Amino acid sequence: MQMPDKKKYFNRNFLYVGTLIATVILIPYFLRNDYYLHVLILIGLHAIIVLGLNLLMGYAGQISLGHAAFYGLGAYTSGILTVVYGFHPVIAALIALLFVGIIAYVVGVPSLKLKGHYLAMATLGFGIIAGIIFNEMKFTASHLDLPMGGPEGITDIPKLYLIKYNLNIDQILSLKLSDITGVSQVVPNLYAFNIVLDNDLKYYYLVWTFTIVILILSSNIINSRVGRALRALHTSETAASTLGVDIQKYKVSVFVISALFASIAGSLYAHFIASVGPSSFGFHKSIMLVVMVVVGGMASIWGSIFGAAVITLLPEVLHVFEDFDIIIYGLILMLILIFLPEGLTRGVIDRVKGRFFK
Amino acid sequence: MTFVDQLLQFILSGITQGSIYAIVALGFTIIYNSTEIINFAQGEFVMLGAMFMLTLNITLGLPLPVAFILSVIAVMIIGVLIDIIVISPIKKPTQLSLIIITIGASIFVKGVAMFVWKKDYHAATPFSGEVPISIGPAAITPQALWVIGITGTVLIFLHIFFEYTNTGKGMRACAINPRAASLLGIKVKRMVLISFGLAGALGAIAGIIIAPITFANYNMGLMLGLKGFCGAVIGGLGSVPGAIVGGFALGILESLGAGLISSAYKDAIAFVVLLLVLFMKPTGILGKSESKRV
Repeated sequence: MQMPDKKKYFNRNFLYVGTLIATVILIPYFLRNDYYLHVLILIGLHAIIVLGLNLLMGYAGQISLGHAAFYGLGAYTSGILTVVYGFHPVIAALIALLFVGIIAYVVGVPSLKLKGHYLAMATLGFGIIAGIIFNEMKFTASHLDLPMGGPEGITDIPKLYLIKYNLNIDQILSLKLSDITGVSQVVPNLYAFNIVLDNDLKYYYLVWTFTIVILILSSNIINSRVGRALRALHTSETAASTLGVDIQKYKVSVFVISALFASIAGSLYAHFIASVGPSSFGFHKSIMLVVMVVVGGMASIWGSIFGAAVITLLPEVLHVFEDFDIIIYGLILMLILIFLPEGLTRGVIDRVKGRFFK
Repeated sequence: MTFVDQLLQFILSGITQGSIYAIVALGFTIIYNSTEIINFAQGEFVMLGAMFMLTLNITLGLPLPVAFILSVIAVMIIGVLIDIIVISPIKKPTQLSLIIITIGASIFVKGVAMFVWKKDYHAATPFSGEVPISIGPAAITPQALWVIGITGTVLIFLHIFFEYTNTGKGMRACAINPRAASLLGIKVKRMVLISFGLAGALGAIAGIIIAPITFANYNMGLMLGLKGFCGAVIGGLGSVPGAIVGGFALGILESLGAGLISSAYKDAIAFVVLLLVLFMKPTGILGKSESKRV
């Protein structure tokens, strides 16, 4: 496989990442409506999962029809630990990460020995079992005395906070200040020890920071030894293993990595939406994630962002169709696979290039 | 009811459900054998069969046998169309792209069905009454007997088709080696087309006979299709007797599991069994072991 000139490649990549960061920072200033911010956060979350899934599908050539389960496991673990057991959100997210990593490893080791349809079925089976468990799980939040779980899922998940140290410091300060100034006005926002991500704008920047970090991470993985090994085993497993690539090890690693990405997105989702229910992490969601990968283009990092954006925006654009949007999804999947098997981004670029730069 | 009586009851309902899984599994197997494609739209054929039957029989008031045959033909045509419109135009088919495109087809068909028949649950009339017939201590509905009887008939017809007709033999040849088959003058493309038609017909039959037992809904195909696929894999993907054995085994296991362990996790049983089979013997109970060609 011919590698592009490394220096030139990195320069170009810096340019792209820089453009993305600038876009992410600037977009909120052009939004008229908080609802769009909500959609942008969802796009960022989906992009995180799709980046991982694309590593697995596009680069390693292994399918997963159960990735929504990892997303759900991340979200549920975060939700349960914070609501039922009162954990700190960051600690909960880290435990979720560990837990999802272990599950992904346990599922991945036997599954990735399988190929093609068998792998598709194994991951699909796992996803459906996880979905059923989400639907049947029941808890009681001890301090709230609220039954939780089941079809309604976990509710009242706290907003994400880093530090919430209520020392009544603002009260003390306001007292003193009013003493000095003589104005009995509470000094606004002197929460010196409070870092709470309580509005959508802050959360938007947090989510997209994660998205960009994971994008850079993925692009580094692809351009490393691991990435070359993945592409080698995608082309021919036999050839790769003859050349000394431990294919099973690489397949399982990338599977676990993609599950970890999904877990991060899940934890972020739980604290954003404040409630998680089984319907968000079922078979349908797994398929949507695959659609995002295919639409963006397999083996395309930037395509992942694009695919996540298009498929997340589609229902917003297609309001006219209400819940008949699944017809459109099906149609898009089929049309893209028939006419642009490389995905929308690369497919269109290749066509344009083919036409104008012969 | 004693424990043994209960067990008998569970097994009877397991056989009924297993009949459906077996037919769906056969649909998967037939397409898989001629194309190595897992047709994720198989479950939608089941749904379409049930829905066409409801429209023709109840809404339009056609007599049951006529509605039955017309529904099967309609779904058969849809099966063929899926091959012509969706599968054949793919230029460089890979397992991954074929899996995804049949998922696309299935989502599309489901969406159209939702558009046409809405989200309601429709009740179909049983073929002959609703008075349960008692078999010893257990009871069985007449519709369940129809399900088992029609499944048996279908299996016999399929056996005759594959063993004694030229088309059936041609399809078996394609399953073994499509290249060699085409060298012998068998039109592989036509065999693929026929297999999609046949799979459509099988799915439709399953949908028509199960509709009076479970309510019909645009969304019914997904689970039935996936479980039929579980049956096919459990029996051994690509093996016709395997699909039948796997389908029935799954139906009985599921019914026993739901009755004896937990009905909440009924749907999970099929997939747990699927994972166990995949992890321990991916070629299934009756499947041949695959050798890797480089």
